[in-house]
This record gives sequence, C-alpha cells and structure tokens, in this order.
Amino acid sequence: MPEASKGKSVLTNRLVELAKKEGFEFPPAILVRLEERLKSFRLTEPEIRAIVKEIGARLARVRVDPHESVGIIAAQSIGEPGTQMTLRTFHYAGVAEMNVTLGLPRLIEIVDARRSPSTPTMTVYLEDRIRQDRKRVQEVALKIEVTNLPDVATIGSVVEKLKVVVSPKPELLEARGITRDDVLRAVTENVSIKTFEIVAGAGSGEGRAIDIQLKSGVEEETPFKRLLEMAEDLKTVGIGGITGIKRALIRKEEGGEYVIYTEGSNLEEVLHIDGVDVTRSTSNSIFEIYKVLGVEAARTAIINEANRTLSEQGLTVDLRHIMLVADVMTSDGEISAIGRHGISGKKTSVLARAAFEITAAHLLRAAIIGEVDELKGVAENIIVGQPITIGTGAVKAIYQPPASGGGA
Amino acid sequence: MVSGLSKRIKHLQFALLSPDEIRKMSAVKIITADTYDDDGYPIEMGLMDMHLGVIEPNLRCRTCGGRVNECPGHFGVIELAMPVIHAGYAKEIKRLLQATCRACGRLIGDTISQRSTAPALGDGVSVPTVKSQEVRRCPFCHEVQPRITLDKPTTFRENGHKITPKEVRARLERIPDQDLVSLGLNPGYGRPEWMVLTVLPVPPISVRPSITLDSGERSEDDLTHKLVDVLRINQRLRENRDLGAPQLVVEDLWELLQYHVTTYIDNQTSGIPPARHRSGRPLKTLVQRLKGKDGRFRSNLSGKRVNFSARTVISPDPLLSINEVGVPWEVARALTVPLVVTPANLEAAKELAKRGPSPPPDNGRYLPGVNYVIREDGLRIKVMEKNASSVADMVAPGCTVERQLMDGDIVLFNRQPSLHRMSMMAHFVRVLPFKTFRFNLCDCTPYNADFDGDEMNLHVLQSQEARAEAKVLMQVQEHILSPRYGGPIIGMIHDHISAAFLLTYKNPKFNRAEASFLLSKVRIPMPPPAGKGKNGEPYWTGKQLFSLTLPSDLNIEFRSNICAHKSKDKDPKLHEADDCYVIVENGVLKTGTIDAKAIGQGKGVILDSITRTYGPARARDFLDTMSRLAITSIGIFGLSTGIDDEDVSEVALKEIDKSLAQARKEVDALVEKYNKGELEQMPGRSLAETLEVSVRKVLGAGRDTAGDIAGLQLGMDNPAVILAKSGARGSMLNLTQMAGAVGQQSVRGERLLRGYYARTLPHFPRGDLSASARGFVSSSYKKGLSPTEYFFHSMGGREALVDTAVRTSRSGYMQRRLINAMEDVHVEDDGTVRNTAGTIIQYSYGEDGVDPTRSIQGHALVVDDVLKSVLGKRYHTAEARGEGIQGTTPMDEGELDLLAEAQTEDEAEEEPSEEEPSGGDENMDLEE
Repeated sequence: MPEASKGKSVLTNRLVELAKKEGFEFPPAILVRLEERLKSFRLTEPEIRAIVKEIGARLARVRVDPHESVGIIAAQSIGEPGTQMTLRTFHYAGVAEMNVTLGLPRLIEIVDARRSPSTPTMTVYLEDRIRQDRKRVQEVALKIEVTNLPDVATIGSVVEKLKVVVSPKPELLEARGITRDDVLRAVTENVSIKTFEIVAGAGSGEGRAIDIQLKSGVEEETPFKRLLEMAEDLKTVGIGGITGIKRALIRKEEGGEYVIYTEGSNLEEVLHIDGVDVTRSTSNSIFEIYKVLGVEAARTAIINEANRTLSEQGLTVDLRHIMLVADVMTSDGEISAIGRHGISGKKTSVLARAAFEITAAHLLRAAIIGEVDELKGVAENIIVGQPITIGTGAVKAIYQPPASGGGA
Repeated sequence: MVSGLSKRIKHLQFALLSPDEIRKMSAVKIITADTYDDDGYPIEMGLMDMHLGVIEPNLRCRTCGGRVNECPGHFGVIELAMPVIHAGYAKEIKRLLQATCRACGRLIGDTISQRSTAPALGDGVSVPTVKSQEVRRCPFCHEVQPRITLDKPTTFRENGHKITPKEVRARLERIPDQDLVSLGLNPGYGRPEWMVLTVLPVPPISVRPSITLDSGERSEDDLTHKLVDVLRINQRLRENRDLGAPQLVVEDLWELLQYHVTTYIDNQTSGIPPARHRSGRPLKTLVQRLKGKDGRFRSNLSGKRVNFSARTVISPDPLLSINEVGVPWEVARALTVPLVVTPANLEAAKELAKRGPSPPPDNGRYLPGVNYVIREDGLRIKVMEKNASSVADMVAPGCTVERQLMDGDIVLFNRQPSLHRMSMMAHFVRVLPFKTFRFNLCDCTPYNADFDGDEMNLHVLQSQEARAEAKVLMQVQEHILSPRYGGPIIGMIHDHISAAFLLTYKNPKFNRAEASFLLSKVRIPMPPPAGKGKNGEPYWTGKQLFSLTLPSDLNIEFRSNICAHKSKDKDPKLHEADDCYVIVENGVLKTGTIDAKAIGQGKGVILDSITRTYGPARARDFLDTMSRLAITSIGIFGLSTGIDDEDVSEVALKEIDKSLAQARKEVDALVEKYNKGELEQMPGRSLAETLEVSVRKVLGAGRDTAGDIAGLQLGMDNPAVILAKSGARGSMLNLTQMAGAVGQQSVRGERLLRGYYARTLPHFPRGDLSASARGFVSSSYKKGLSPTEYFFHSMGGREALVDTAVRTSRSGYMQRRLINAMEDVHVEDDGTVRNTAGTIIQYSYGEDGVDPTRSIQGHALVVDDVLKSVLGKRYHTAEARGEGIQGTTPMDEGELDLLAEAQTEDEAEEEPSEEEPSGGDENMDLEE
C-alpha cells in the first residue's frame, strides 16, 4: 500500500481525479498504459479531459449487464474447451528435463482442489545478489535437493563378518557440500543403538568407511536378516536437503538469471532457505500455497495454474472466467473443490444438492432436520417449475396496462 | 391469461411423516397381498384398491370420484406387525442412541457446552457428534452406558447383544424435545422415533401403474411387487406372533420384514443382497427411482421433455442468412404457434382457420394452416379438412388459433452436446421443400456441427415474452463474439476462406459477364469497372468486388495468415511480393489477401472490427453476403485437390530418402554410443531417457527436413497449399506427411516399445532401438506405408481414438460440476458478483466490471484507439516523437506538475473532496 501511493505520479492522481468527476474508476491496467502513452504527448487540459471522458464512455459500453449469469458463462467457457484438450499430456513446463501433468487432467486436478498435484514442482527464484551467479545458485540447489545416503556413499554388507559397511565417496560429498560427519550423524540417528554399534572402518579422511556391526551380547535368531534389513533402511536415509524435493535443476532464463526448478514441492521449507527470493518463488501445489501464504495467494495460484494449463494447449479463455472460478473456490476463506465435496455440497438448497449427486442422503437428512428450501437458486426453481431468479428472470417489473375504459 | 402476475412457491419445508399423519392421509388400509381377483377386478383392501386412484379409463376413483386424468391418486397404509428400522436413517439413529441415555433418554456428555454450541437448524452444518465411548454413565440417572454398534445396514448391538427395533424405538421416544435441538434435530418437524417405522405408506396406483401386455397378462410395477412381499411377510409375522410361535420363528420373520422394507426403500443398500425380479433383474425401488442420471431428479425434474419441438438431419444451405433455418414442410405443418384472437386479427384468424390443416400450395409456395382451435372455455378442437369452415366460423375474440409454422417465425435451434450458450440460438424460419433442417455454413462452428448425419432440434416459442427474449438475446448475430475470449466464434470456414483467398490474392480480373454473375448473387449493383484490358474490354478486380461487402468507412491494417515474414515491419513493400499485408482504407481493400486471419472464426480481424464498430446486424449482413460471394466465386475459379497435388519430383524424392537415411544413421550412431556406455548423460535424466530424448530430436529434425524438401516442391499454385496457407483446412504438416515422411509414431508420448519381449514386433531383433524398430515411419502417405510402419501407425491411431473417448466423458463430468457449482453466480444491481444465497464472490466482476464478450480480446479498451479517436490527426504527428507539434516537445514531469497543481487548486475551491487514496490498493492488474 505505501509502495503504491509512493509510485503514483502526479499525472496518475490527476487522471484518477478526473475520472472520479466523470463518475468512474480506471481499471489499473488502463491507467498504467494511459499514463505511459500520455507522457509522449503534449496535451492541453481540455484534451486530457476529453480523453478521460471518452474512456469513461467506452468503459460504460463494455460493462457487464446486471443479473448476467456470469457463473454459467464462466463454467461454459472453461468446460467447453475441455473437450478440445489433450488427455495425458506429460509435457515439459519450462524445463525439458522435467515432466509435469498438463492438459485436461491438470485442469481437473485444479478444479478438484486436490491436496497435492500428481506432479508437484516448484519454481524457485533467487535473490538479486546471487541470481546471476551459477555457482552460488548451485549451492542453493544442493541445499534444496534431498540427498539420500546412497547419493554420497556406497552401502555394502559383509555377511560373513556380520557387518554393514558405509563408504562415503569424498568427491560426491564434496559436490553436495556434505562432510563425512554429516553422514556419520545420519547413520547414527537412523540405526538402533541398542542392537548395533558403529565403528570407524577402513580408509582415511573423508572417505573413511563406517562399519556397523551387531553389538556383542545381542542375541538374534537370524542376525544376518536383521543386518540386511538395516542396510535396506539406510538406503532411504536423508542426509541433507528438503524432504519432498526429489530433484532440483538449474536453468538459465532470459536476462541471464538462473532459476531452480524442482521435482517435488515443499514451499514452506524452501522459503526458509537463504538466498531464495520469497516474493517470486512458487509451487504448483495450490494447497501448499494456501497453507503457507493464505487464501489470497491460493486464489492467485489457481488463476495462474488454470490459465497456464489452458494457454499451454493454445486455448484462449478470458482471464475473468478463470478468476471467477478461483473466487468461487476461495470466497469462504478456504479452498473448496468444485464438486460434491466442495461448493455443490455446501449449497443451501436441498433440491439443488439432491439433483446433483447423492440424492437420497440429502433428502433423508433434510427431512429429519426439518430443512427449508428457500427456492432462491437456479436448480431448485427449475425443479419446481418456476422462472429462475437470475438473468431476465430477476426482473420483477410488470407492465400494468392502464385501467380499462376507452383505450387510453 | 392473468396479466403477468403469477404465483410463486416461496419455500419448501422438509419434514418426517409421523405414523399418525401417514394413517390420516391414507384412503384405505391395505391388508391383502393380492392385487386383482379372477375377473381382473381390483381386490378391496388390496394393493390395487380403487380407493388409491384409478389407471384405467372409464373407471372412477372411489375416494374422489375423479377419472384417470382428474384424480392424482391417494395413499394407502400398511400397519406393520412389528416396527422396523428405516435403513436410510440407521446412522442417524446410531448417533442418537449413542448420545442419549439408554434409560432416561437424556442427552449425556458435557450437556451445557453442547447446548450453547448447538447449530442453527437446517443450515446444513454438521451437528455435534458425541463420542459415547468416553462417557460411561448418564449424568442424570447414573445408568451405565454400554457401547452401541451398528451392524450394517440395520442391526443395532449393545455390548454385542442385539437391540430390537422395538427397543430402539422406545429409547428414541424417551429423548425429550429440548435435547433434540442440541442434537441438531427439529422436534417441530419430526420426532426421532418416527425413523423407526410402524406404518408404511402405500403410494397411489398412478405412481406404480400396472401394464397389460399384449397377451392379456398383467405385469405389475416393481414397487407393487415389493409391497406384496412386505404384506405377505407382515401377515405371516402377525399370525405367528399372535399364535405365540417360538421366539426364533418370530425373530426370523421380523428380520425378513426388515429386509423387505429396507429394499422397498433402497434396493442398493450395502450389506444386503438386492431384491430381484423373477427374471433376475434387480428391482427398481424408491431410491433407485430418484437417483442418478435416469432418476426423477436429473431426468424428469431438472430437464423435461417438451412439445412443439422437432428433430431431423441437418444439411448446409449457403443461400440462407446466418440467422435463418430451413424447415421442411412436413415439420412446419406439425409445429404450431398460438395466435390469440382479438378483434384486430379476427378476420385474419378466421381466414387461417378456414384453410384447414393442409392448405394446398399457393403457386408452389407453402401456406400455413391451422391444427387446433382452442375455444375461450378451453376446449381444444382439432381442425380437419372437413370441419375447417365450421370451426372458422366459430373463431371469436378470446379463442386461440394454433397456426402452423411459417416464414419469419422465430424458433430455437440446438445441437447436443450443448456445451456453451452458442449451442442453442434463435433463428428465423424459412419453410423449404425436402426433409432436412438447413442453415448457413458459418453456423457450423458454434454448434460444432457437420453434415455427416448430424441431427438437430428445433423448438417453437409459445409466448410473446419468450419470442421477445429470443429476438433480443438469442439470435445468431448476437453470438458472433464469443464470451469465452471476446473474439468472433462465428466466421467463414473452409470454402469461404479459400474462395476469399482466390478472389483477392494477386487481385484477379473478371470480365463483365463474370463480375455481373458474381454480384447478382449478392444483390449488389455493379460498380464502374476497375480498368480496361488491352483489347478494350472493361474488367473488374477481385479486391474491388470483395470491398463491396465491407462498410464504406472501414479502416484496418494487419498481416494475413499467409504472411511468412517474421519481421513486424509494417513496410508494405516487404509484403508486396506475397500480397500479404492487408490495408483496408475507407472500405476499400488496397493491398493484401483475405484469408482466415481476416474473416475466419477465432481470429477474423475484419469480422471482429465490423461486429464491434457497426453492430451485430451489420456483421450478419457481412457474413451473409460474403459467404454467398465466396460460394459463387469459388464456382468460377474452381478448386479441387487430390493426391497428385502432393507429387514431388524424382530428385526431391531421392533427397528426402537421403535425409531420412541420414537421420536413421544418426540414430544408429546414438544407439551404439549408448550401448557402449559413451553417451553423455543429461542432467536429471537416466541414460535411457537421454537416448530417447536425443533420438526423438534427431528423428524430428529428419522428418522436418524431409518435409521441407517436399514443401519446396509445393508452391502457392498448388490447391492443397492454398487450403493450408489460407487457413481453410489442413496444415502444411499434413501436406508434408503426404509428400515427405509421416514421422515418428508415439504412444503415451514415447517411441513405441510395447508388444513382444524387448521388441515391438517379431520383425526386429530383441533390444533393437533403431528408428524403424521403434515406430519411425519413413514412408509418406502417398508412397504408402510398409507393413511394420502400417502397424505402428495403427498403434498411434488407436491411442488417439481411445483418448477422445475417455476425454469426452471426463471433460463432460468436469463441466457438469463446474456448471453446478457456479450456476447461481450472477452480477447484482450494485455490480457485485454474488450467488443466489447472497454471498459476495467478487466486489466487481472480473475486477473491472467488464463483460468479456464486449471486451477487445479481453481488454476493456485499447488506449491508443481512444487517443486516436480523441486527438484525431494530432495523434499521428505526436506519435512520430521528437518533432513535436507546433514547436512543442513531449511533456516532461515538471511541466505536468505545474499543470496538475494549478488544476488541483482550482478544483479544491469548487468541491473540497477528501483525498481518497483510490486506485492504489488494486494491485491485481489485468495484463494489457
């Protein structure tokens, strides 16, 4: 807010004021564009007035009609191109190396308000100071990407000696910025100390192996089985990075900026990483955005994701329709799905709910609660055979012909 | 008719029926399980008792005395020998049993806090559930509360011991009214014990009519069957109980009764086998009647069958206007429009009625007749040849004459699936010979229709309001601009576009005969010739003729679809050779070719501009004349394409083969590298994936080179190329696939790999990763595919087929959900967007209140257009920056400041308005 008023120029204020006198308000985009164009003109006061007046007149001409059923139009505008979308597109999004669900399945996913998308990904932007520096971006990427034990060490078992040998690879450790101590710590934390003991093994320095053997005195029926199970468990032990992020790729974008694309998503933790641009980094998991940044952000995320999915298929759908869907989904402060578990299940009208899905349950419930259907919506009124309450059905004015007697 | 005032149902109240109420509303007590006696007469107190209403003509209802159409039917009642649980309420009953004391019926648990948080009734929120496990004793009577479990569907247990429905009912009866409120129930509309049935209402016969088969055998409705079962068991249960039969027998019968009542209500209750008909088909009982797509709600209440409608095959007619529809005579004779007779039209109405139902054609022209006359008292008289004149004499003011459809009537025209509002538009009728509905080809796009056997529906409007509404809102021209993206959805297609191309590309000349023939079809007077040929013959040019369809003050500039120049340079010289930069000046096409970009659906720049500037009516005229002109002119030019249009020279063929061979070799090299493990891995990819990516890249490039070589052979004189480049049909890719190579086939976006172990077909060695073994088709469609290639091609084709089938159902369901979720959302008088419950969804529609249909490709307005229109000539001088006008330079901020300050002071005196920081808080800009 303070930023906005600070950035406002005198011309903007003047235009806004003139518009106010004409009785309208500039859509922000128009105002910006107008100001930009006007700067290259030398105009007289009457001319500016005339321009503002003309804009006002044009805006009035393109205004929506009251009672227009914009919801149905939006639903049709998004639903109809669905028939033209491809199914099962596993197209790359931005990065050739990564697959992301797009097309109809993705659109359905968004509308369903799924907890997690089938292919969660993140786009991580970096702070100004490091975004041009590949090396430092790499460092951030390594911090984000999950590193499992097998990524930096080999896990071998020596059955005859009843031990498991974890041998760290110094060059891999180096590349990931991890030390042997980290590995040791991870192993110690994930191995039951009751039954195993950890000792230093062959080799030296960073590459020195870590031997895990059964503690003496521990009685086991099948000691080798225990050992192998433990070795198997070690393979999934995470050493560094953020859980859920399987891969992080760096890509140079226009303007020489490096951006990290990830497979898997964990917005909350990624935002805490030093160097990450908190304002621009985003995830394709709408629910995560909702949890971390709130509904408003989730609304924007729905708009962006739906719009991207549609335009990726070469389908043009007016942003207003997508915005309306996003607003319907988020208007009560949380994300509700389009469907019986969300919006349609929350409708006030019994008949409308019964007509959609799970008919009998809604009717039975209505009876014992003693529910009242106010017959305000569209579906209910169609069911009882009355004109609907929106569109031309909203108009209540009735022409009263003059009282009879001499056709006046 | 009452003058516009109609009664409205204000609200519906849902409630439970009490046993008393059921008894009170029933006309007869049903005790016999039999239906009809040997003479086929309904048995008294049987399921077909005539007190329940009648379904046969000539019989009168014993209750109300009405005939079939007058009597709506009456309920009966079955007194159940023992109470049974209503299966639909089993869960609810369990909740209540758990939440209340088994002895005193009071609410247990933290009663005080529960009462204060009791939800408002009927607001749909979940009611508090009480975890009875935590509570051991009743706070009022200190009775120990055992755990209650529910054995689906209807058996309750307490510590494993069965509780009989009778006991359940007794416990529910004990719950006091004031505790019910806390449990979310409204005692005013239903006591919980009513969820345990003691009497069963029997629906009227009209709800479950029996049908008489041809053999004279009666076939009863499923509900009747089920009720017979209930009655039989009920009877046996009563007898056994009264005779003091063993407990076990009574219990078994009781359970059987429970089963029958449960399936009578819902035959798909989980946990019990559905009751079946003799033939093995599951019975359709009460819930099944309501549920699902074919249930009462979706099939009969949300959508209804209607009269005054027709359906037949569609076919094209380029000579009709886009807002007309050709209706066959036969259809027109069957559909009627009600005509209310007044003193003013009395004579005309009499004249009409006199014609009868099938007046002879007047000079071969169709004349509308009259099918029915409705007298003032409501009696409907069928007009026939014989009684026509006598009925006509009877016609008086107040009568309604049902007149047959005629030219100029407005009707609704629809094609399923109705995915958007353009699927149902209003057309004006043209009654035509032959038996199909016909319309202008431009209307194919919004309906998504073609003529390979499609059928469409037509509805005749029956009231003045409906006709007025249709005329204003639903006519075809009102839908030229799509609300989806603010551009034209109705436009020229296929032949119209290729014709417009031929007409304007390189500006062909026409002699007097041709030009006058063309213009005669569009009824435009001949303009003076464009010039004279060498032999002194006057000629007219294609661009000149095209221009005649444009508004005379249209000005527009853009690049054609055929334009291949990448530069955004507006310099016409660059485009001159290709004639692809369109300039229209004062309604005259100066340069450029008209193609899909100008008049096609979707983009249609000229069409868009005409619709916006001159209104839908002018746009309709443009489409009408333009489509006629196009069809006529393509008849003069002639345009046909065949497989020889993809002929390529021998040399080129060799080149194509060479480039494809090269690509295959490269792939082999890659595969070898991969096998040797020398392939450099891509970041984040496995080695195999890396190979696939690079192979696909190589083969893609190979196909493209082959295509390019073939493409060079296909010039703008090639009809197929004309079709593709003008945007009429097909693409250059299609052509190169015919002439060059078809390219890689894929399933699930990958090269083919399924089939046999480690190979696609037994023609290849195991593990063969080469191009041809994994679905690369090197042949062209023209050359023909090799057997393996053919097989691969079929694999790809099958996937596409399956995809379409799956997609339609998935997107259909998504759209149904979207519609259902958003149907109530509308703009209010104050500009806010709300649903019908009054919840505000948006404060201003789309954040700027702009209707996308009226927007310019989504923008409220184009700033430069405004500046141009306000500033006129000054705009252009100022646009060429640096020079300035009259010695002035572009404004700088300083000057502006002065200007603004001066102004603000002036204003401040006029109206001391408080400075409101508006505009700044809207950071949700629409991208311009």
